[in-house]
Order: sequence, then structure tokens, then C-alpha cells
Amino acid sequence: MDWLFLLIQTMNGIQYGLLLFLIASGLTLVFGIMGIINLAHGSFYMIGAYLAFSFTQMTGSLLWAIVLGIPATLVLGVVIERFFIVHLYHRDHLQQVLLTFGLILIFNELQLVIWGGDPNGVPVPEILAGSIPVSETLSYPVYRLFLSAVCLVLAGIMMVVIQKTRLGMRIRAGASNRRMVEALGVNVRALYAVVFSVGVTLAGVAGMLAAPVETVYPGMGEQILIVSFVVVVIGGIGSIKGAFLGALAIGLADVYGQVYLPEIASVAVYALMAAILLWRPEGLFGRGAENG
Amino acid sequence: MANSTSGYSRRRALALMGAGAGVAAASTALPTRFAIGGQAKVRIGTLLPYSGTYTRLGQAITNAMELAFDQGGGKLGGRPIELVKVDSEAKPPKAAELTNKLINQEKVDFVVGPVHSGVAMAMAKIAREENTMVVVPNAGANQVTGPFCSPNIFRTSFSNWQPGHPMGKVLLDEGKKNVVLCYWGYGAGKQSAQGFKDGFVPHGGKIIKEIAVPFPKVEFQAALTEIASIKPDAVYVFFAGGGAVKFVKDWAAAGLKDKIELVGPGFLTEGVTKAQGAAAEGIRTTLHYADTLDIPANRAFRAAYKQAFGKEADVYAVQGFDAGLLIRAGMDAAGGDTGARAAMIKAMETTAIPSPRGQWTMSAAHNPVQNFYLRQVRNGVNEVVKLAMENLSDPAKGCRM
Repeated sequence: MDWLFLLIQTMNGIQYGLLLFLIASGLTLVFGIMGIINLAHGSFYMIGAYLAFSFTQMTGSLLWAIVLGIPATLVLGVVIERFFIVHLYHRDHLQQVLLTFGLILIFNELQLVIWGGDPNGVPVPEILAGSIPVSETLSYPVYRLFLSAVCLVLAGIMMVVIQKTRLGMRIRAGASNRRMVEALGVNVRALYAVVFSVGVTLAGVAGMLAAPVETVYPGMGEQILIVSFVVVVIGGIGSIKGAFLGALAIGLADVYGQVYLPEIASVAVYALMAAILLWRPEGLFGRGAENG
Repeated sequence: MANSTSGYSRRRALALMGAGAGVAAASTALPTRFAIGGQAKVRIGTLLPYSGTYTRLGQAITNAMELAFDQGGGKLGGRPIELVKVDSEAKPPKAAELTNKLINQEKVDFVVGPVHSGVAMAMAKIAREENTMVVVPNAGANQVTGPFCSPNIFRTSFSNWQPGHPMGKVLLDEGKKNVVLCYWGYGAGKQSAQGFKDGFVPHGGKIIKEIAVPFPKVEFQAALTEIASIKPDAVYVFFAGGGAVKFVKDWAAAGLKDKIELVGPGFLTEGVTKAQGAAAEGIRTTLHYADTLDIPANRAFRAAYKQAFGKEADVYAVQGFDAGLLIRAGMDAAGGDTGARAAMIKAMETTAIPSPRGQWTMSAAHNPVQNFYLRQVRNGVNEVVKLAMENLSDPAKGCRM
């Protein structure tokens, strides 16, 4: 194994980790701040990808698809929060799991009715369609690099919003003591509606951005759901910073596992999770530790 | 993680409850069986996916089987036919219960299904004990016509071992001797890789590396990097559905397309070339069928299917059509008497099936002995290049009948 090989594999791991972060960030917001276990998060990822597929076919460009897709998922988030999630705030996790699981079934069936069971491809935008040669035989697709850059930018924006803005302050306050924030005159209901819709939109945007590399197919949301929960738990529930580092750790563990320990590649990610939880039961940046 | 695991166990419990309720509701509405000699209906139970991802496969199989029955005058051995459709949802946890319902409550004469190998394993175990006639129109698990083989279980599709097997010979004939295997590390992937190896290694081929990607993961970048650093003559892969689309596209995006040959069993490019786009062009695969197979039986079948159902037939429809032909052969030989089991089984074992894929017969283990074609994607269509292997039979390891 020469250094170039190692370098490329590390790049693969980081790139996969960044994508995981984008998907898991919405989940950790909703889970950590609102205390809602949202099993349907993967469905929003899938819906984003399918919207990208349809809108790309209509408009001929992924950029336009995303421009149209963001308000669509935002509205979807508002509607789902208003009619379903709002009833869950004072209920236990079992009922949250049941309702959001029901949503998965509904979304999966709707997906089949609207788009059918075939896998669909979304073309990579032409400007980003090229590849950069990195070795004699291997090239790196430009779109994947672009995707990583977008994930980094979004991560930066999220951290600034959470740490530096008034909204972020309220979100953090709502997460640590909902009643106190309410008593101080903050409209927590509205705050939660915003957080949930943003969470849905983040999942949707992840699906839209990933559509050209991931392929759009039924059940794609469930695949990503489990690993997203792993990222959230490793990072510490509700922590964006934790989700970021957790996602990178998972991405790297996944790639190195596959290269150096292929026999146990399928459990490498879960072994990492177990090790981290033994060391820090609350996750890397769980509550009690610094909240960010 | 505690949260998501609890979600999944609950999910399974819910799924089971739902299935139980649905079947109970359906069974109350069905008439009891009446035996008036030749006029009683032959009950054909289908255990196929009519919801979920594989709906299209379940429908294609059912449609084509009914077409085969209609072409036989709508009767089996002189008796009218009644279909009892049960949705398998392609979910193995439900398979045992649904199979039992079909056999013990619905009292069907034949069970036709399933699509999913996990469902097939559960079904085969029960069918062996209950001694019900079973025709498997898709699921490829080697075990069905291997360790689980039984006089009453027949398959009209393929074993997972078969489709990739002829590719070994194709590569060796072209002097390509160093190959990397890359597949989903679960039942079907491993069995497909073994089939390829059995046709490749004993004749001088060398497997340089095996990369098993955990199923159903679709993140292939690490595997591609590794393949690029090895630079083999060819790579044999097993991926299907969304995984097949993604692998083929990632392969092209990584710049490997014109440097290393990518081959696999037909499912790599079957029904997914539109989604794969230009990335699929030129890829060669082996399979027991191709839409473009230019023989009279295929032309006639495709025309009849299109006329009846308004859409193009595919490989799954062919397998369903052959299930219908096989049941017809058995019932005709038994003169419509499902009790004449010996005559029925004998006919099903010996009749040459005039299939759209070309005529084939049953092996001793009840799996098709059939031709395999080398196909190549040209303009998004799997075109037949040549006959890759004639009358290939599954080794049927572990079958004692």
C-alpha cells in the first residue's frame, strides 16, 4: 500500500463522512432539541432525491431542481409538523416511534404510486461532470469534491447560526430547558416548527445533492436512517459539532474497515460506536459536555 | 442507537400483525372447496410481491403465467383455474405464515412464488414438509434446488450459481486471466461469485482479490480505489437494482470504464440501463434471457404479452410464463387429477419447456438446464452477442432426492 493509495482512501472516507453529516445534521437537530425520535428522517432524504429527479427532468438542471426543491421540502416540513409532530411533544418515545414509523410506510407507498419501483439516475450537472486523474487508472469525480465543499459550507453556516445568532441561542435554550424558555416569553411552538422544518429541509437537500451520485431508488431512505442514528449517537444527541466529527469518524472507519479489515467491514462502524460510547456514554459532545 | 433498534423491532412486530389481519380478513370471504370431478377449480396460490419495491416483478410473473394458462385454453387438465393471490411483500419474516395460510387454509393445489430468496428458503422448508406442489418463478437461492430440493419443488428461473458461471469461459477465451471479484457480501452475491469462480479458476483463471461490500451498502468508492490500484484484466461484480445503477455510474465517474473491463451476471444491466445512461454502454453480462433474443418463441411471446398487458415483457415475465407452461404440462399429464402426483411430477421433470428464452428441461434437482447468452449494452439495450454456454446445469450441491 503506497501513500497515494492511503491518501485517496482517506479522501474517500472524508467525502463519505461529509455526506453523512449533511443527512444526520437534520436528525440531530430534531432529536436533540425537540426530543423527537424521527424515524421518517430517511423518508425526507428519499423525497428530496425523488424531487431532484422529477424537477431535473422538468427543468433540465439540477440547480433549478434544488431551487424548487428547497421550498417544497420546507413546506412539507411545516405541514408534517403542524398536523402530526405537534401531537408528540408531550408524549413518550414509543408513540413518536409509532407515528414516525407510520409516516415511513405512507411515504414509501406514495413513492411507489408516484414514481414506481425502478431505480432512477439523475445526471450530474455538466460543469461538474468531469473527473480529475489522481493515479494512472483512477480519477476523482469533480461532483464528489463539489459535494464535499457544499457539505463543509453548510456545516459552517449551521455552526454559526447555532452559536452566534439569537435564533441559535433560543434553539440551544429550548433544548436545555423548554419550560424556562416559555416562561421567558419565547414562542416555543413556533421555534419547534422552525427547527423541524429546517430538519426536514436539510434531509431533503441532502437527498437532492446526493441524487446524482447515490442514484434514486425505493428504500434509499431506510438505508441511510440507521447510519444517521449512529452518527447522532456518536456525536452526542443534539450537537452539530458532534454530528460533524461523528460523521467523519464513521466515514473513515467505514473506508479503512473495508480496506484493511474486509472480514469485519460490515461491523466496523458499529464497533466504533460501541467503543466511543464505552468511553463517553453521552457521545463525543453530549449534554453535560459543551453544547454546540 | 438504542432508539433506532427499538424502532426496528417494533417495526417487525407491526408488519407481522398487519399481515395476520389481512390474511384473516381475506380467508373468511373464500368459498370452501367442492369436488365435483373434473369441474372443481384448480387452485393456484401465488406468493408474490404485489406491494413494495418488487411489485413490478410480482405483476409481470402473474400476468405472464395467466397468459400461459390462457394460451392453453384457460384450463388445466380440463379443469377451470382459480388464482389465489397473496402479497408476499418480499419480506422473509412473513413468509412462513403466508405459506402456511396458502397450503392449510386456502388448500391450494400449487404455490407459485416467490421473488425474494429469503422468502423462498422459508417457503421451501414448509413445502417439503407439507408436500405441496411449488413452482419458484424467480428466487435464485442455490439452496432451493440444493439442500432443500424435493420432488414437489420446481424452479423455472435460475440458481444464483448459474448466470455468472459462463462469464469465466468468455473471459478466458479472450485471454483475460486476472480478475477481481466485487460483490454484495450476502447470499446471492456470494453464490454468484462462486458460480463465476467455478467456471474460471479450474480452467486457468486467477482471482487476484475478492472485495465483499456489506449488503445493501452502496458506497463503492473504497472498492473502486482498490480495484484501480490492482489493475486487473477484468472485474466481475454482483449488484442489482439501485446498487447496480450506482456501481456502474461510479465506475464510469472514477475513470475506470475504458481501462478495465466490467462484467457480471445479467442483473447488472437488466431493467436499469435507462438509469445508468451512458455509463452502461458496452458492459457485457451473461444471462438466460435477453429482451432482444431473436428466436420465434420469444418474438411470439413478446407480441402476445404486449397485446394482452400493453407493456413490454422482461426476464421475470418469461420466468412466470414458463411456470405456467410447467404447471400446464403437469396437469395435462395428470388428466386434471391433482392426486395423480407421480404422473404429474414425471411430466414436469421430463417435458421440454418451449420457453421464450429457448427450449429447456429440468435438471434432476428441478432447476432449469438452459442456455446462457452473452449480452452487451448498446444504445441502452442488452443486445445478444452470442450463445455463451449451452444447456448449463446447476451443480445442485447438497441435493438428495
